Amino acid sequence: MSENAKTAGEPALLVEDLWVEYPARRGVVKAVRGVSFELRRGETLALIGESGSGKTTLGLALVRLLPKAARIKQGRIMYYRNGTSQDVLALNAEQLRRFRWQECAMVFQGAQNALNPVLRIEAQFLDTARAHGMTDAKAVRERAIELLKMVQLDPQRVMHSFPHELSGGMRQRVLIALGLLLQPQVIILDEPTTALDILTQRSVIEVLRRLRTQLDFSLIFISHDLSLAAELADRVATVYAGAIVEIGSVYDIFERPRHPYTLALTRSVPTVTGEMHPLASIPGSPPDLINPPLGCAFHPRCPYATDQCRSQEPRLERVGDDQFAACWHWQEVKP
Amino acid sequence: MTVNATPIIELDRVSRVFEQRRRQVKAVDAVSLAVQEGEVVCLVGESGCGKTTTGKMIAGLIHPSGGEVRYAGKNIWAMSKDEFRRYRLAVQLIHQDPYASLNPAHTVYGIMSAPLLQHGIVANHKQARERVRDLLRTVDLTPPDDFLDKYPHQLSGGQRQRVSVARALTVSPKVIVADEAVSMVDVSIRVSLLNMLSRLKRDLGVTFIFITHDLAVAKHFAWEGRIAVMYLGRMIEIGRTPQIINHPQHPYTRALLSAIPEADPRITRTKERLQLRSLDIPSLLNIPSGCSFHPRCPLFEAGLCEVSVPPLADVGDGTRVACHVVARERAKEVVA
Amino acid sequence: MTFVRGIANWFGQTLRLIARNKAGFLGFIGLLFFIFLAFVMPLFVPLDKTSRVDKIYNPPSAEHILGTDFQGRDIFSLVVHGGRDVIVIAFLTGAISTFIAVVLGSISALLGGAVDSAIMAATDFWLAIPTFPLLAVLATQIKLNDVWLLSLILALLSWATLTRAIRSQVLSLRQRDYVEAARSLGMSHRHIIFKEILPNMMSYIAISLVFAMTAAVYAQGGLVFLGLLSFSDNNSWAVTIQLAWTRGAIFFKDSFLNIMAPVAAIALFQLSLVLFTRSLEEIFNPRLRVGV
Ligand SMILES: Nc1ncnc2c1ncn2[C@@H]1O[C@H](COP(=O)(O)OP(=O)(O)OP(=O)(O)O)[C@@H](O)[C@H]1O
Ligand SMILES: Nc1ncnc2c1ncn2[C@@H]1O[C@H](COP(=O)(O)OP(=O)(O)O)[C@@H](O)[C@H]1O
Ligand code: SF4
Ligand code: SF4
Ligand SMILES: [Mg+2]
Ligand SMILES: [Mg+2]
Repeated sequence: MSENAKTAGEPALLVEDLWVEYPARRGVVKAVRGVSFELRRGETLALIGESGSGKTTLGLALVRLLPKAARIKQGRIMYYRNGTSQDVLALNAEQLRRFRWQECAMVFQGAQNALNPVLRIEAQFLDTARAHGMTDAKAVRERAIELLKMVQLDPQRVMHSFPHELSGGMRQRVLIALGLLLQPQVIILDEPTTALDILTQRSVIEVLRRLRTQLDFSLIFISHDLSLAAELADRVATVYAGAIVEIGSVYDIFERPRHPYTLALTRSVPTVTGEMHPLASIPGSPPDLINPPLGCAFHPRCPYATDQCRSQEPRLERVGDDQFAACWHWQEVKP
Repeated sequence: MTVNATPIIELDRVSRVFEQRRRQVKAVDAVSLAVQEGEVVCLVGESGCGKTTTGKMIAGLIHPSGGEVRYAGKNIWAMSKDEFRRYRLAVQLIHQDPYASLNPAHTVYGIMSAPLLQHGIVANHKQARERVRDLLRTVDLTPPDDFLDKYPHQLSGGQRQRVSVARALTVSPKVIVADEAVSMVDVSIRVSLLNMLSRLKRDLGVTFIFITHDLAVAKHFAWEGRIAVMYLGRMIEIGRTPQIINHPQHPYTRALLSAIPEADPRITRTKERLQLRSLDIPSLLNIPSGCSFHPRCPLFEAGLCEVSVPPLADVGDGTRVACHVVARERAKEVVA
Repeated sequence: MTFVRGIANWFGQTLRLIARNKAGFLGFIGLLFFIFLAFVMPLFVPLDKTSRVDKIYNPPSAEHILGTDFQGRDIFSLVVHGGRDVIVIAFLTGAISTFIAVVLGSISALLGGAVDSAIMAATDFWLAIPTFPLLAVLATQIKLNDVWLLSLILALLSWATLTRAIRSQVLSLRQRDYVEAARSLGMSHRHIIFKEILPNMMSYIAISLVFAMTAAVYAQGGLVFLGLLSFSDNNSWAVTIQLAWTRGAIFFKDSFLNIMAPVAAIALFQLSLVLFTRSLEEIFNPRLRVGV
């Protein structure tokens, strides 16, 4: 706690004007376009956006795990811990290896199917630990058992199972436990509940919620599912066409969205509890990241669009106490 | 809609067993359902519970291993060739995956004109083009000429799903079985797709069997219709949508509804959650005895639930539930 | 007029698609070269049939750019004339075996049941017996110098493997949602086979055909080499190699090209075929064909 006091107010992670591109046959895919945000110490930040909006690419960039073809055009990614900072884009291979897992661990999209199929769970824990210089097998085993208990799994059974003997939800929880093994201060989860059944999703959500109260780390999760953000996030960022178009506290984003896209998105998802209200539909189709629309990328689908929107790109600006939106006409946007 | 009219679709204790690595998998187990003309019925349940298999049996694409599928009162597998042809065209299936359901080798026009020409619905290509244009407008693909000569890979997921619907409309079906028709498209276009389907239902009077794993979507699409909940191949609850959503009876339906994360932080963080006894999902290869929900059910009563399969029992308000305990409690209430 | 333009358009686009893949394009150029060499060049280069005892195994010279063989004949003319039958037999063999495989494989997959079992049993049987020795025995019994007959027999070597491959392709395509949709729309069997399934197998079929061709080239080479196959006027790359081999061409420095020229012709032709398959993918991929 004293440590926290010393570094209070310092973010865990700071991203500044990050651009990532993939070369493709038709042209250059601009998957991340000028993203800036901070991840505060101990908070849960949700990155919400549709398929292809660049969420995974952004997550991969944060741990420098982008595919070879990808290029980081510009930007800065800084991690802070105990008053020291690390510029991730400047790390060498050895520093990077230490950095992933110990500073920041990422659990990939669809990773339930990515556990090594021929290794028992116990071996996967030991391998990961060894790869990062933890050679005390007994200590690793103890830590693994503790973590598996935290994610509501029965260590006796799970440690000696092969991945295929576990259900999707159990595998997802094993991966979360594995990610926590080296006590990183930041964890990134890409689509942690997608493709899981409702009751299984619920168990993963509850596990994440419990972990947040038991351990001290910051969490970024990436999802196309707004309800997951509503469940778990402290703050939410909406991603559209490779850019963060709005960021704010979960209540602001759901109750007082100021960006037309966030507004439309939150009004287009049906709920089972509560009144039947008509759902808002968003006209048009998702943008082409090779030739994103000029000006505001959302303008072809936006009911508030004006000529200004079609020619000038808006930047994130303060629209509330702790809420930022990239929209020329945010003042007219009424929930 | 008169209650006593012959249902347009009727499933009478329909089952389907698949052979999987030499072992029998009972994907659908004695499901009964009667759908009246113009009605909308949602089949909901988690992945693997047999929704698609049921849908395909309704569309005559899979043979049941037991029971009868009837169209307008006739067993479809005992129909004459001519009757079967008419039934086949009257019941159309929309697939879940818009990327797999359109042939990549043909243009939108090619895909849609083939059934029109084959069944003599139009006389020539000129008429076919006109008709295809009309249908594309019906599914909001406007202007149609932008789409006629496109290949599926040139369309987005939402647009493909619209083409898939338009293709089904070429043969003027009376019943549309929509299998997770909106699950695989993006949130931002899901609503317009749903609204388009609702409009078809209203304007064309099509009977809808709408398959989804998402109860919130079911609620919005079928508020005036019914919801049938499936679990491990069996139908465990069926009733009018507002009843199922607001007063679910079966412990599984209740668990499902209470577990759903909602896109509203205040609702979802204060929702009461029903705790299950176990998180393990039983395998279809090894279905628990008696009530197949019993290993997870919070209301489980030993000596009752694992002994016999509970039948679907009427519990009032037009709801039928397959649960020993709920049926008993409701019966008590009626007596009292 | 529009028809002509349509054809021109199609050619233009096909060429563009071939050129998309560098290796494939190289293979395409190679094939054009060999077709030119084997079918056009013979019109200008007469086949040298005269033995010249004074010119046995001459090294390359202005007069004989590839030198001469054991009889003093011009090797270049042998190479020019030795390609036609090789290519024709390869193509016919590929076409026949692919045709058999497509027909039997599709029938097997689409009809299923007893027909499927019968066809699969036949392929099992065929794959179990040693076919090449059988062919060798056969060759001693019948005089195999008819191009058609030879192609047919060579096709029998490869039909079984191909049939099984095509069958599993059809089986997997048959499961596709769009085929199910066509069934649901009451489309005829003919439509389903020719419009839904076959178009999506074209690249697979074309590639199978090309690989069957390469196999046929080796098979005829093998038969010739074993002395089981002869050509009417002795002009085939394989015959040239075999004669050079038996006449000890490998023992003389100057006769090196007598063996190497036809070997190189066969190897390069095969390489061109294999490289060309890369382009076939592109040609038959509807994703790449737009606006035809
Ligand atoms: N390896 C790659 N090569 C080329 N383009 C890529 C590559 N990976 C992603 N892209 C493109 O970058 C864009 C963003 O992709 P990304 O996977 O980051 O999206 P996402 O928001 O995570 O989507 P989803 O919700 O589907 O996971 C897309 O247009 C995608 O097609
Ligand atoms: N053709 C098939 N062969 C073998 N098993 C199948 C086949 N189709 C479905 N199944 C099995 O039947 C069960 C129910 O499947 P399905 O009807 O697709 O469920 P849902 O649509 O509810 O997800 C699953 O366990 C599935 O694996
Ligand atoms: S900047 Fe203009 S187009 Fe963009 S979201 Fe705001 S109002 Fe809409
Ligand atoms: S029958 Fe028993 S186990 Fe099954 S749902 Fe009802 S109470 Fe639960
Ligand atoms: Mg992603
Ligand atoms: Mg399904």
